[in-house]
Amino acid sequence: MEEPVLDVRDLRTHFFTQDGVTRAVDGLSFTIAPGETLGIVGESGCGKSVTALSILRLLPAGLGRTVGGSITFGGRDLLTLDEAEMRRIRGDRIAMVFQEPMTSLNPVLTVGEQIAEAVMIHQSKSKSEAWARAAEMLTLVRIPDAARRVHDYPHQFSGGMRQRVMIAIALSCHPQLLIADEPTTALDVTIQAQILKLMLELKGRIGAAILLITHDLGVVAETCQRVIVMYAGRKVEEAPVEELFDRPLHPYTRGLMGSIPRHRPGIAPSRRLQEIPGIVPNLRAPVAGCAFAPRCPQATPRCAAEAPPLRRDATGHEVSCWEASP
Amino acid sequence: MKRFARRNPTIVIGAILLILVALAAIAAPWVTGDPQLLTPNDRLQSPNANYWLGTDHLGRDVYARTLHGARISLLVGLTVAALSVAIGLFIGLAAGYWRRVDTLVMRFMDGLMSIPAILLAIALVSLNKASVFIVIVAITIPEIPRVVRLVRSVVLTVREMPYIEAAVSGGSRGGKIVIRHILPSTVAPLIVQATYIAASAILIEAGLSFLGAGVPPEIPTWGNMIAQSRLFVARAPWTVFAPGTALALVILAVNLVGDGLRDFLDVRLARRM
Amino acid sequence: MSEPVVAVSGLTKHFPVRRGFLQRQVATVRAVDGVTLSIAPGETLCLVGESGCGKSTVGRLILRLMQSTAGTIHLRGTDVTHLGDAAMRPHRRHAQMVFQDPYSSLNPRLTVGTIVAEPLENYGDLNAAGRTEKVAALLDRVGLRADAMRRYAFEFSGGQRQRLGIARALALDPGLIVADEAVSALDVSVQAQVLNLLMDLQEERNIAYLFISHDLGVVEHIGHRIAVMYLGEIVEIAPKSALFATPLHPYTQALIAAAPIADPRARSERIVLEGDLPSPMNPPAGCRFHTRCPVAIARCRSEAPVLRVRHEGHAVACHLIG
Repeated sequence: MEEPVLDVRDLRTHFFTQDGVTRAVDGLSFTIAPGETLGIVGESGCGKSVTALSILRLLPAGLGRTVGGSITFGGRDLLTLDEAEMRRIRGDRIAMVFQEPMTSLNPVLTVGEQIAEAVMIHQSKSKSEAWARAAEMLTLVRIPDAARRVHDYPHQFSGGMRQRVMIAIALSCHPQLLIADEPTTALDVTIQAQILKLMLELKGRIGAAILLITHDLGVVAETCQRVIVMYAGRKVEEAPVEELFDRPLHPYTRGLMGSIPRHRPGIAPSRRLQEIPGIVPNLRAPVAGCAFAPRCPQATPRCAAEAPPLRRDATGHEVSCWEASP
Repeated sequence: MKRFARRNPTIVIGAILLILVALAAIAAPWVTGDPQLLTPNDRLQSPNANYWLGTDHLGRDVYARTLHGARISLLVGLTVAALSVAIGLFIGLAAGYWRRVDTLVMRFMDGLMSIPAILLAIALVSLNKASVFIVIVAITIPEIPRVVRLVRSVVLTVREMPYIEAAVSGGSRGGKIVIRHILPSTVAPLIVQATYIAASAILIEAGLSFLGAGVPPEIPTWGNMIAQSRLFVARAPWTVFAPGTALALVILAVNLVGDGLRDFLDVRLARRM
Repeated sequence: MSEPVVAVSGLTKHFPVRRGFLQRQVATVRAVDGVTLSIAPGETLCLVGESGCGKSTVGRLILRLMQSTAGTIHLRGTDVTHLGDAAMRPHRRHAQMVFQDPYSSLNPRLTVGTIVAEPLENYGDLNAAGRTEKVAALLDRVGLRADAMRRYAFEFSGGQRQRLGIARALALDPGLIVADEAVSALDVSVQAQVLNLLMDLQEERNIAYLFISHDLGVVEHIGHRIAVMYLGEIVEIAPKSALFATPLHPYTQALIAAAPIADPRARSERIVLEGDLPSPMNPPAGCRFHTRCPVAIARCRSEAPVLRVRHEGHAVACHLIG
């Protein structure tokens, strides 16, 4: 098998607050192959965004800390690098796109300056080359009239256009991995469709692997090759995308799929939706068994007492559940 | 309590200082001699066993006068803070919520704000007889617009919250919305503002007294003491040093409490939201 | 047919844009432009569209949380368009609202009991003991324990807070609830709980909903009729089944096609609309959608199409639909 771009092993990231320790990510392992699109889905508080921040080492200082595991990228463990080495990787070989483009862009610099800056820092290019690259990147992400718009400020762009600018910055340095955290959540559906289409097209051209973090199973189905379902800081299921939608094994995955109100062409929906009872657990209290057990319709006494291990079958379908087997 | 002290040292230090000053002010008539008593034979004595902080050029006990001065300073500080907050809160709530009165009120407040307390006091004192009451009025009037602006800005933020819309669609009347939903949000910033107003009032009162436009000169206040002793500062520095230090200490204490409260209330609110 | 709980006609809201020292009006944002709709008791009308299309403004205009620029609003047969605050109050109790943000729509300084009882207090329906009893019953109905009354809203999760907002809206037994993106801020599993609750309440109490949403999936579950808005205007309105089976307006078609489908085998070559939403400050002349419409003709650029009924209850504003 091909060497993975990213190999995360037993990642543990905890948040230390006045009210105690929150185990935001609790022993997560996964790999991404070159050029692959891997989705991480889950609800708020499941640890998916913290996973992205842990990889990028951008956890809020003093609050969150990665306390265990390894993150191997390009043959080195990112957790052992010093801040200067990490800065060279971040934005250059690992790029990122976040949910809210307005807060990730500097409001007092033109978008051209921001792209050119990234290029100059990471690629030691001259100023004029960097600016040419900026205009070229804006054209690539299909911003109309790019040569003129490099001189505009972020607030002069609409939400969808700003997300295009973020993608332009992310891709300006030929990254091997693009981490996209809810890249389309703040956008309208017609704009979301544009951005997803653009990301997939550019991925084909640039050959980067994508780690797509989202709460939206629809977005996952449209874009990903492999999917990880997270719950309460742990991976509960992982499978190739078609396999996951054809044969969801974990009760949580099944509940999630049943509860999405979705439009399926030609199928009239039942009026009532399937619910998952209860609420997402508090991660401050350590969970002895399966974290989903209190909400699970199939839970047995064993589920509450003993954490189920991840088991995998030949197709690469992994599940962590006593009552389901791959 | 211990935890509170460790997290909020500024509040605790400031509060302890203020409590000590307040106790001294309250106890002044019992623990000191007559601050007005002239002892011409004991003029300009340096601190000694009889006169702990020495005497001034008329032979008055500086210790007694300093402690009695605290009474006036604290009275002015507290009254000005209470009055300006009460009046400013009322006007600010009205101006912020009922937009029709807003423009008129705010332009009037801008006008008030442009009057310096010192000039107003001089004008009032020349029209009336100098008294503590006149000083309080003179300092309060220019402070009101500051409170109004603060309250109004809070109201303008809070009135856009969806829970206000919810109250309106639930049939709540304007007065109820202001008192139940908006007023509580102004309390924390007002407490902090009140401490700053108190500090500034104490300073302004001392300044006015120093200029002779404040409290009548026969009443011992820190400003009067400094003013009357300034000619003798080279020969008897304690006559200026004692009230000056007291003034600086009280201002420091009030500001410590104010800063501490601002951080404390902010954090508490942030954690609730 | 019974009288509609709400009927609006030609509803319009223009916001003046003022600039400069003298605050002169330099432009107008046409947030809502001539919206006509009505909702029958027990019916759910969904208002869908993208951000800035004016759907939330329509909800606020109907509840008279904002004053309309033109048009009329009838609540249960009474024209309330120009009623003053005092005259409006008796009508407010019949139309309540559930908000998008479960955090900022509940006052963080008040207990849940106070929040839910406030509308009851305003209309003096019950004495204090009666109110407490009713609040307990409401909390129970939305799936919360009665002891929630003494707690503060911030002690609850997002989904539970949205239940509290629903309990508050139910307190006055309204005939109409305007739900403005009421489930958008919630996680899918919780979203399903809240949607089911809303549907159960409708069956029980014959409540009409004006359900404002950007999410077609949600709309398809909860709606009876659907109105699609674009730049302040309704471009298509139809019963749910007709709208999804035969969407007529090109914008409706694009909206349906753009929603991601949770089925990897259904990945399709779909219509992806080019361009951004134009600013409602200077909406395009003619059909407002013509700048992004894949099938626009010359007439669309000059002449605004009117909303006309084509089939039973299915109206569309497009020149290309004969």
